[in-house]
Amino acid sequence: MIQVAHIVKSYESTKALQDISFDVVQGQLFGLIGPDGAGKTTLFRILTTLLLPDEGQARVGEWDIRKDYKKIRKQVGYMPGRFSLYQDLTVEENLSFFATIFGTTIRESYHLIKDIYVQIEPFKDRRAGALSGGMKQKLALCCALVHSPQVLFLDEPTTGVDPVSRKEFWDMLKNLKRAGITILVSTPFMDEASRCEQIALLQKGKVLAIDTPKGIRKSFSKPLWSVNSNTDMYQLLQDLNRYDRTASAFTFGESVHYTDRQEEGISEALRQYLAQQGHREVRIQPLEASIEDRFMELMSREDEP
Amino acid sequence: MKKFLAFVNKEIHHIFRDKRTLLLLFCMPIVLVILFGFAITTEIQDAKIVILDKSNDPATREIKNKILSSGYFKLKRVLTSERALEQAFQEGDTKLAIVFEENFYQHLEKHNMATVQVIADATEPNTASTLTNYISAILRDYQQTRQVTGVMPLQIQTETRMLYNPRLEGAYYFVPGVITVILLLVSAMMTSVTIAREKEFGNMEILLVSPLHPIAIILGKAIPYVSIALINALTVLYIGYAIFDMPLTGNLGLLLLECLLFISTSLSLGILISTVTDTQQTALLASMLGLMMPSVLLSGFIFPIESMPTVLQWISNIIPSKWFIIISKDIMLKGAGMATIWQETLILAGTTVLLILASVAKFKIRLE
Repeated sequence: MIQVAHIVKSYESTKALQDISFDVVQGQLFGLIGPDGAGKTTLFRILTTLLLPDEGQARVGEWDIRKDYKKIRKQVGYMPGRFSLYQDLTVEENLSFFATIFGTTIRESYHLIKDIYVQIEPFKDRRAGALSGGMKQKLALCCALVHSPQVLFLDEPTTGVDPVSRKEFWDMLKNLKRAGITILVSTPFMDEASRCEQIALLQKGKVLAIDTPKGIRKSFSKPLWSVNSNTDMYQLLQDLNRYDRTASAFTFGESVHYTDRQEEGISEALRQYLAQQGHREVRIQPLEASIEDRFMELMSREDEP
Repeated sequence: MKKFLAFVNKEIHHIFRDKRTLLLLFCMPIVLVILFGFAITTEIQDAKIVILDKSNDPATREIKNKILSSGYFKLKRVLTSERALEQAFQEGDTKLAIVFEENFYQHLEKHNMATVQVIADATEPNTASTLTNYISAILRDYQQTRQVTGVMPLQIQTETRMLYNPRLEGAYYFVPGVITVILLLVSAMMTSVTIAREKEFGNMEILLVSPLHPIAIILGKAIPYVSIALINALTVLYIGYAIFDMPLTGNLGLLLLECLLFISTSLSLGILISTVTDTQQTALLASMLGLMMPSVLLSGFIFPIESMPTVLQWISNIIPSKWFIIISKDIMLKGAGMATIWQETLILAGTTVLLILASVAKFKIRLE
């Protein structure tokens, strides 16, 4: 449904996208995962025909993003990263405005937006600017959906949204997927990545990996350990970074995720080393790698010459 | 078409929701016209005058008394020679000079005719014309009292000379000028600012990714302002007529049509500005510096074009406001018809077409 081939885009001196390629099949929920500045928004703008790539080809549906931009604009729903509805119009006015400019009505596409719209309907006479972050995103999603698009582009839909609303939002996307809509969604939150069917890890304008969330986790190359001690995290991380067997060490919330250069006797040797450094109550447990672990691994590999 | 109407409707919502802008849009014309009107036509008191009396006889003394006791004038000094006149005006605060000819009283007695020369500083044309009118009235009054007591009807001729601005243009200048500035403000500035607003708030991003044609977006933004501009023009005309007795000698329909033409010119200017600016701030600055300033300073609204340096006169030709001021003045004050103003109309129409073509060429169907 979406084909991206060797897309390159530069802004003056910075290379926003460097040779990006991936395919999204019909009805898939595809996630673009990466930190701020990875090039997610640029990629969205190219696919929604708002920007032209310097090089490469891309198609949305059967249409070329350069030649058939008018057709694409009729068929896709786009929700930019920044809240882009009219703050001084009410919820209902916003929705019916977008319905009308796409040549439809709220009633006609009600079946599609119903699940989401019922949640904001109590506030339909409130101005969009006065809604909470989560409500705004739900309204924006309704507006992007109101013309039953074949493809939905959601640029960081959960940024600035509370955890509960974030969860609800992803549940909604799952329902939309059931309706057969192809969804391309971006997020900087790794924990959300696992809710996609297929993800692309993006960093500094490059694709680090494309796989299912499970595949990404499985491709983590070494056994991973979670390390804790009674001393503060910073001290622990410093000591681990000085340890000659350390392959990688990153803080993850309450513990340090650690990999070793050797294959055998890892936890015993590490425990001994940390005890020497004065750490008490050391806990070392094997751990299944998360998407973020894999992302960090890929990133540090990129950084090496 | 339905989409387009929805867009216009949305725009009207924007305008009416924003109370401050709304107030500005409808009150500004009223405030401006009243401000300009009164600033230009206020009654004058204690205007400093100089007198050169070459006769100093009973008649001139009586006239002098009448003038100085009227309350409008204050004697700055009495001059003794013609040469001192120029000097007195150069000092700046002298508004008027009165020169009685030699043997005034004898002339009056013998020929029933004598001459007073009234010289006014017409750098402020309205002040000058008001003051000379006062003097003429006082002299007429004197003649009448003489007629009652005297034997023969006698005449005093007033020779009025307007210095620095001999044609005394500007008396009603402000109404066409204010209309021009307001139409420009509402059409060009507001349009460019509201289009820039769509870009600034990211609305343009989703509007572009929709079946709406970009031209429809722009036109949809412009149309509500056309109606507001027209309402404003009518308001200013009405105030000019009701409060300042401005004559409307020409055809109102023709005038409104020309207003519509100038609104289109302004709109296309605003659209052109909006294609090159991305934020409301820059759009506002660009319209202020690029449109308002030249329109106020170089269009003949405040400063007569004839008295500008040649280079500025030349530049003034590319300012649409200049042509509209000429058109509206001709219609309002001289009662001119299409036969007189077709050239200016053609220039405005041509400019509009050019500007629209330029905006279409510059308009971006994408974000960059």
